[in-house]
This record gives sequence, C-alpha cells and structure tokens, in this order.
Amino acid sequence: MRYTILLHYPEMTAEQMGEDAWAQGEREFAAYAATLQAAGALIGAEVLQPSSSTTTLRTVDGALQVQDGPFADTKDQLGGTFVVDVPDLDTAIELARRAPGVSWGAVEVRPGALYTVDGVWTPNA
Amino acid sequence: MSAARARAAAERAARDSYGRLVALLAAQSGDVALAQDALADAFEQALTRWPDDGVPRTPDAWLLTVARNRIRDVWRSAAHRRTAPLLDDTLADLPADDPLADVDPAAIPDRRLALLFVCAHPAIAPDVRTPLMLQTVLGLDSAQVATAFAVTPAAMQQRLVRAKRRIARARIPFVVPDRSAMAERLPPVLEAVYACAAVTWRQDAHDLAGEARHLAVVLAALLGDEPEAWALAALVTLSLARRQPPGVFVPLDEQDPATWDADLLTEGEALLRRAQRPGVPGRFRLEAAIQAVHADRRRTGRTDWAALRTLYTALDAAAPSLGGRVALAAVVGRVDGPDAGLAALPPEPSPAFQPWWAVRADLLARAGRGAQAAGAFRRAAELTDDEAVRAYLTARGAEGRGDG
Repeated sequence: MRYTILLHYPEMTAEQMGEDAWAQGEREFAAYAATLQAAGALIGAEVLQPSSSTTTLRTVDGALQVQDGPFADTKDQLGGTFVVDVPDLDTAIELARRAPGVSWGAVEVRPGALYTVDGVWTPNA
Repeated sequence: MSAARARAAAERAARDSYGRLVALLAAQSGDVALAQDALADAFEQALTRWPDDGVPRTPDAWLLTVARNRIRDVWRSAAHRRTAPLLDDTLADLPADDPLADVDPAAIPDRRLALLFVCAHPAIAPDVRTPLMLQTVLGLDSAQVATAFAVTPAAMQQRLVRAKRRIARARIPFVVPDRSAMAERLPPVLEAVYACAAVTWRQDAHDLAGEARHLAVVLAALLGDEPEAWALAALVTLSLARRQPPGVFVPLDEQDPATWDADLLTEGEALLRRAQRPGVPGRFRLEAAIQAVHADRRRTGRTDWAALRTLYTALDAAAPSLGGRVALAAVVGRVDGPDAGLAALPPEPSPAFQPWWAVRADLLARAGRGAQAAGAFRRAAELTDDEAVRAYLTARGAEGRGDG
C-alpha cells in the first residue's frame, strides 16, 4: 500500500534560518531518505523549491490564467513529498513520525488511490 | 436471576458472539462494513436454512464460514474489482468453505481487542470512536447509538459509514499495539469506553448502562494485565451500582445505600482489587477508588471525606481537569468548611461549566449565604440538560431564598 508523506512548513531562507540550522536541516533530510531506503519503503521523494518560485494555472471565467505564486497563500507551504510503500497506516505513521520538519510544521500521511506503471494507472494495494 | 436480567444476559451473550464474529471477519478483510454486511447476510441465510436443515452443532462457526464465503463472493465480483482494488487474487480464487464442516468454536480467535484499538485509532475522529465500539463490538444498532448521543439516526449512520470507509481505505491495521506503543494507544481506548459509560449516566440513556459496563469488563479481561483497564471496569461498575431510578435526582452523599445494587458493588470492589499495583496510581484507579469510598458508606454509615480529599488531590496531580478541581473544592468544603471550599474553587470558568455553578451554589448555601446561593443554583439549573437535575437545583435555590 502506497502512502504519500507530505511535509508542510513555514518557508525560510538559509539567511533567515542561519547557516548551522540550514546545514542541520540538510543532514536530517539526507538521513531520512537513507532511513526510508534502508527500510525498503522508499518509492520516491522530492524536496520542493520555495513557493516564491512556483507558478499556478487556473481557469477564471473561462479563461486560463497563468500567475506567479502558490495555489493558496498560507503560512505553511508544501515543502516536500515522500512516497512510501508499506503494509498499513500504522507503519506509514511510524515513518512519518521521523520525518524532518515534524517539529516545525505539519506532516500529512495520505493513502494513494492509483499510481502509474509505464504511464498506465494501477490501483494502489 | 430475574427474568429481565436473564434476558439481558442472553442478549449480551448473543451480542458477544456477534462482536467476536465481526472482529474476526473485519481483521481478515480489513473492512468493518463488509464484515458486518456479510454477517448480516449469514444471519439471513440461517433464518431460512436452519428451520429445514436443523441448527448446526456450532452456530458461530457456521455463521463465520457463510460470512467468509460471502466476503469471497464480494471480492470476486466485477463491481468490487472496479471500486476496491485491494483484491488479493489468490485469496479470492480460493474455493468456498463448507459451512457444515465442523469448526471448533473455541478455536475462533477473539479479535475484539484489535477491533477496539481500530475504533479508537488516532486516525479516527474522537467523537465517532465510542459509537463505533458500540455498533461493532457490542452489535447495537445505529438508531440506539444515535439516541444515546442525542443525534438523528441518519447523522449517526453517516458518521459510522464514513469512519468505516476510512478504516478500510487508509488500511488501519487490526492489531493490538505492542508494548512500546501501548502507553500512547491505550488511553484513547480507555477514554472511548469511559465516554460510553458517561453517556449512560445521563438520565435518558439508562438502558445502555449495562452495555457500557460490559464493554469495560471485556476490555479489561482481553488486555489481561493493564491496571487502568481494570480500574475503568471498577469505576463503571461502582457507578452503575448506585444508579438511581430515572426522574428524581438525589446527590450521591444523600442517597440511601439500601437503594444501591449490592452485587454490583461487590463486583466493582473485586475489579478494583485487580487494578492494585505498586507505584503511582493512574487516573482511572483514583476515580474508581473515589467511587469505592462512597460505596463504603453502606458498611460504615458515613462518608470518609478525608479519604476523598486525599484521592481528589492525587487525581488533580495525575490528571488535572476542571471537573476534578471542582470536585476537590466540594470535598474541601466538607472537611474544612464551606468558606475553605469556596476558596479552593477555581476562578469562574468560561465557557460556563455546570458543575462549577452547582458546587459553588451548594457551598454558598452551606455558608449561609442564601441569596447568593439562590442565584448560583439558578445558573446551575439553566446549564444542565438533565430534567431531574434541573428540578433538584431549582428546589434547592428556592429553599435558601431570603435567609442570607
């Protein structure tokens, strides 16, 4: 069963955080990926650039708008995703507990419905 | 045993058997709703087949096998393949079991404990945990559960359906947490069972009180060695023992011990002894001990207020709560006088807290401040949703008016 672990947290630059804290964060992400890999659970992961780099498309009154900025301008932003394949929700929550950012933001565990294999949708199981 | 008690016992035995079957089918399929539907189907088949074929030697095993076959049929169906991709092909292609094959009913494993942990899983909303337990583990119908929680049957049904869908879709596992996770996972289970008893202490849900007690005892027995679970069973049993007839409210310390159920009190005390361990007692052990002190009045003829103060003080340290603090102030009022009690009362809570007003009113009345007491009784009466309690408080308020 695939679950996506979504990390939401307030965005900070290296300057705001300080060099040491930034380096610490990088070490935590590296260690976390290694943990998931060693557990045989990791399907894939992404750490995203800050929402200042994002572009959002939406249709307004029938016209497509392409605009700078995130889809929702909230204090916490989606900062990264980890897709894991584990037997059940408890195992996924156990892994999410160890996610970097669990102390400074929200970590969401969402069961997957479908995923693609060679471009073809496959039910999650 | 009276006829009514015998009937209640028989109904409970039937529901125990229902709870066991649902728990096992749900644990195997991961789907509570599917387990309940399949079991309902099996009961229907029993009603048509048993009159002709005779009642099987082991009815539970028969029902289990028929329900399992039903689950297999659902898994095999094309519709299920489209909507629920959790299908395990090898399992679905197994041949159906023969319901007439002898299965030892003692060999049917009891998975109710795992089901209780699923019902109170952190991924399940707290307000639906107790209803889920009542409906799945005890087999109460959702209309009964709705009445106890003062919501419409449709609203309750919808909450239960959503929770069960979530259990299946998020794949919440049917397991009893291991020792390392127990400290974190047990409290919400105890809390949900306690909430089940708490709803029955309202005057209008009286008929569920026996079920709540049964659930607490089942939980303690299944866990085996959890002092807080035994203490919760004791607490619920002792509270049930001194339940007063509906319609009239009598405060605990004014109740006639002759109206209490002696058998239940003895059983509650025995349950509490099973919770005794060296070391600091937990919240439910303290609450049960408080109930036991009150129950002791049937032997001693008096309430040991000093013992109550010790216990409430310990409870306030172990599990601080506004209710506990207010109860402690009431006890202090009995030991050191009403002025000390008023001083021990926490500042007026916001939003308004009914027990705070009721205790304050009682302390003011005992202090001889009748006019102030009347106002507080009125406020306490406004805040309760229990008719009998309101009538009692209104009468107390009228009593003291004019003498302070």
